[in-house]
Amino acid sequence: MKTTNFALVGVGGQGVLLASDILAEVGVRAGFDVKKSEVHGMAQRGGSVLSQVRWGDKVYAPLVGKGEIDFLVSFELLEGLRCLEFLKKEGIAIVNDQRLPPLAVSSGGMEYPSQERIDKALSQASKEYHIVPALAKAQELGTERATNVVLLGALSNHLDVAEEHWLKVVEERVPKKYIELNRKAFAAGRGL
Amino acid sequence: MKVLLSGNEAVARGAYESGVVFASAYPGTPSTEILENIVQYEGIYAEWSPNEKVALDAAIGAAYAGKRALAAMKHVGLNVAAEALFYSSHTGFDGGLVIISADDPGMHSSQNEQDNRHYAKFAKVPMLEPTDSQEAKDFVGLGLEISEKFDTPVLLRLSTRICHSNGLVELGERKTIKDDRKPFARNPTKYCMIPGFARRRHPVMEQRLKDLAEYAETFPYNKVEWGDRSLGLVANGVSYQYAREVFPDASFLRLGMSWPLPEKLIRDFASKAGKVVVVEELDPFLEEHLMMMGVEVAAGKDFFPIVGEFNPGIVRDAAYEAGLVDETVEVQKIDVGELPPRPPVLCAGCPHRPVYYMLKKYGLVVDSDIGCYALAVLPPIATTDTLGCMGASIGVAHGINKAGVEERAVATIGDSTLWHAGMPGLLNVVYNKSNTVTIILDNLTTAMTGHQPHPSTGRTLMGAETAKGDFEALARAMGYGEVRTVDPLNLKELEEALKASLDSNKPAVVVTRSPCIFMYDERPALHYVDLERCNACDRCFEIGCPAIIRSDEIHAKSGNAKAEINSILCFGCAVCEQVCARNAIHMVEE
Ligand SMILES: Cc1ncc(C[n+]2csc(CCOP(=O)(O)OP(=O)(O)O)c2C)c(N)n1
Ligand code: SF4
Ligand code: SF4
Repeated sequence: MKTTNFALVGVGGQGVLLASDILAEVGVRAGFDVKKSEVHGMAQRGGSVLSQVRWGDKVYAPLVGKGEIDFLVSFELLEGLRCLEFLKKEGIAIVNDQRLPPLAVSSGGMEYPSQERIDKALSQASKEYHIVPALAKAQELGTERATNVVLLGALSNHLDVAEEHWLKVVEERVPKKYIELNRKAFAAGRGL
Repeated sequence: MKVLLSGNEAVARGAYESGVVFASAYPGTPSTEILENIVQYEGIYAEWSPNEKVALDAAIGAAYAGKRALAAMKHVGLNVAAEALFYSSHTGFDGGLVIISADDPGMHSSQNEQDNRHYAKFAKVPMLEPTDSQEAKDFVGLGLEISEKFDTPVLLRLSTRICHSNGLVELGERKTIKDDRKPFARNPTKYCMIPGFARRRHPVMEQRLKDLAEYAETFPYNKVEWGDRSLGLVANGVSYQYAREVFPDASFLRLGMSWPLPEKLIRDFASKAGKVVVVEELDPFLEEHLMMMGVEVAAGKDFFPIVGEFNPGIVRDAAYEAGLVDETVEVQKIDVGELPPRPPVLCAGCPHRPVYYMLKKYGLVVDSDIGCYALAVLPPIATTDTLGCMGASIGVAHGINKAGVEERAVATIGDSTLWHAGMPGLLNVVYNKSNTVTIILDNLTTAMTGHQPHPSTGRTLMGAETAKGDFEALARAMGYGEVRTVDPLNLKELEEALKASLDSNKPAVVVTRSPCIFMYDERPALHYVDLERCNACDRCFEIGCPAIIRSDEIHAKSGNAKAEINSILCFGCAVCEQVCARNAIHMVEE
């Protein structure tokens, strides 16, 4: 009755919720029972966003507690650090190397964690972590908005699900004129 | 066909499949998407009512008309609609009515935590509680059948994790319904609750509860699932799912109907299970009733928290404390140091921001209300002294001014909130003559819950054009002589209106009218800081706009970092331009 637990985290407006929708649907296509949970509300106002997806033969709870996440996909470095406690010891973290300084940093007196601190925390928390240039890849393709699909591509490398399922769901979920771009974004993520 | 649906989407689908023809609500997290989804289905009339009480009255009317109806609200919405719940429990209907109460344990986006199971007992109506999206859909139809069979409103209680979690749902067809108009089934002794008639209804309600308790014994979702008989778990709603994760082998009694309770079923389960453990979020509702039945509860609220939301980790930790499981999940302690928080803030360019900037300047007591502007409670704005529930601001400010403190108290209230619950308070100020200034923050939408239309937007939920409510005319009709309208993005105009209103020493209304930034198709402008002119005085930081950030350039004399504007976040409202004394902030000429 093993389940695979994912947490997707980031900042309002980064496309976290669309990515978790896609991830959930891919799980269904791959034949799993799937649950997904997220809290709406103030995400639009630039707050942190956390969504969880679970795949398994039979999934009961729509979310898990700390220490139970297999894959942490973070859209932003600071938000990744904030959620490290969710990871299992043997969990894998995939972190977009983007920095979005919150107000406390950009106009207040606090400091954004240094690269050294970030690396140290990530290596402590996970057996395997990847800091990936998902934003840069998306920008190369012409739009930041595809960052989420690049990250899904990177995640897909760790999962035993046919690529066609991913591409099919991505196609269904993005606006028609961006399908080709998002296919490329997914491929770019897989190449990371 | 099975599809992934959120609990809210599933409820909407359930309404469609079970032949609901009327649905009403006032937005409120976590319930909002129910109506937003219902409106997409053919054959259901759907509306945003001005508040939950009106939504419920209207749904009751539809049920009196013999139709199937649904009203949806967040937990605190049921406080507003409580009167309607109670009278409708007395009258019952010709048709069917399901009332959705979406509770918010953990208060993800609410002003208080409350367990609305108490309302079922209080108002003597049945309550159903789904454990996932499939049941959320099915329970709408089941609830309507119960409503029609037992002549009662039915409460369907969801929680944030049911509303906003997705699971697989089997879709069905819409039940065929006759679109007929029958004569109104006149029955004043049943539908007119004057004391003499209401007195006759109360015993009917008591009998109904007995009948429902009998029905609960065989209700298919009050289910015993036998496993290891040494441990018997009793659970409801999403707590059932968490407990299932933590106790994969135990026996379960899951209660899909949390009022009235199936006493025989519970006693029978308890007598066959070794230890009885109750896992329920918030209040010890089931636990107390089990104890009243004489069932010994081995673990309940002495271990499982009464405060906040559960998750499998919390349930497991509590079970471990109680000695019910042998191990917990190890949470790694990782030294990340102190991390800068990322709370939600008013958007760059939000029209509410300058209003609070001005109120801070005048050192007023600010009594506020519920909406995006509640973010003005926190830094960097931090200009709010009281905030209770929808509509509270005006009454509280009036009371403070009448009782008397050194400062003047003013009320700030959003447009949607004014229509919802602000009007009687506004009337009270002018009727009972206090010098309260009420600022109506008219951003032309219900922003906080996702930009729904409301009675002065000129649009309905179904997209029809309609009458536009007029705050200024409303205030005048109530008897206000001091009524002003300003654009809050014009600081001079805003300050003059505020000053004149305060100086009048009379009941006064200031309508600050400027659209929420989500009402624009594109941003009107973009601003930048001329670093040559900026002397790092920090004045622009006082307005608390997230687009204004520290630049890397240091002002030589003061050693202070100069200001810079983040070109992605800036919306171009020009408020910073107006506060800069050095004329260092300008619009980017395109
Ligand atoms: C009784 C009740 N119903 C609904 C809500 C959910 N809710 C919170 S704020 C809000 C609307 C606020 O709209 P408005 O007053 O126009 O302010 P804005 O967010 O647009 O600034 C709603 C519906 C609530 N908190 N309480
Ligand atoms: S959504 Fe609109 S009202 Fe809310 S903070 Fe943003 S600009 Fe202001
Ligand atoms: S113009 Fe100034 S205050 Fe307005 S959004 Fe831009 S930076 Fe913020």
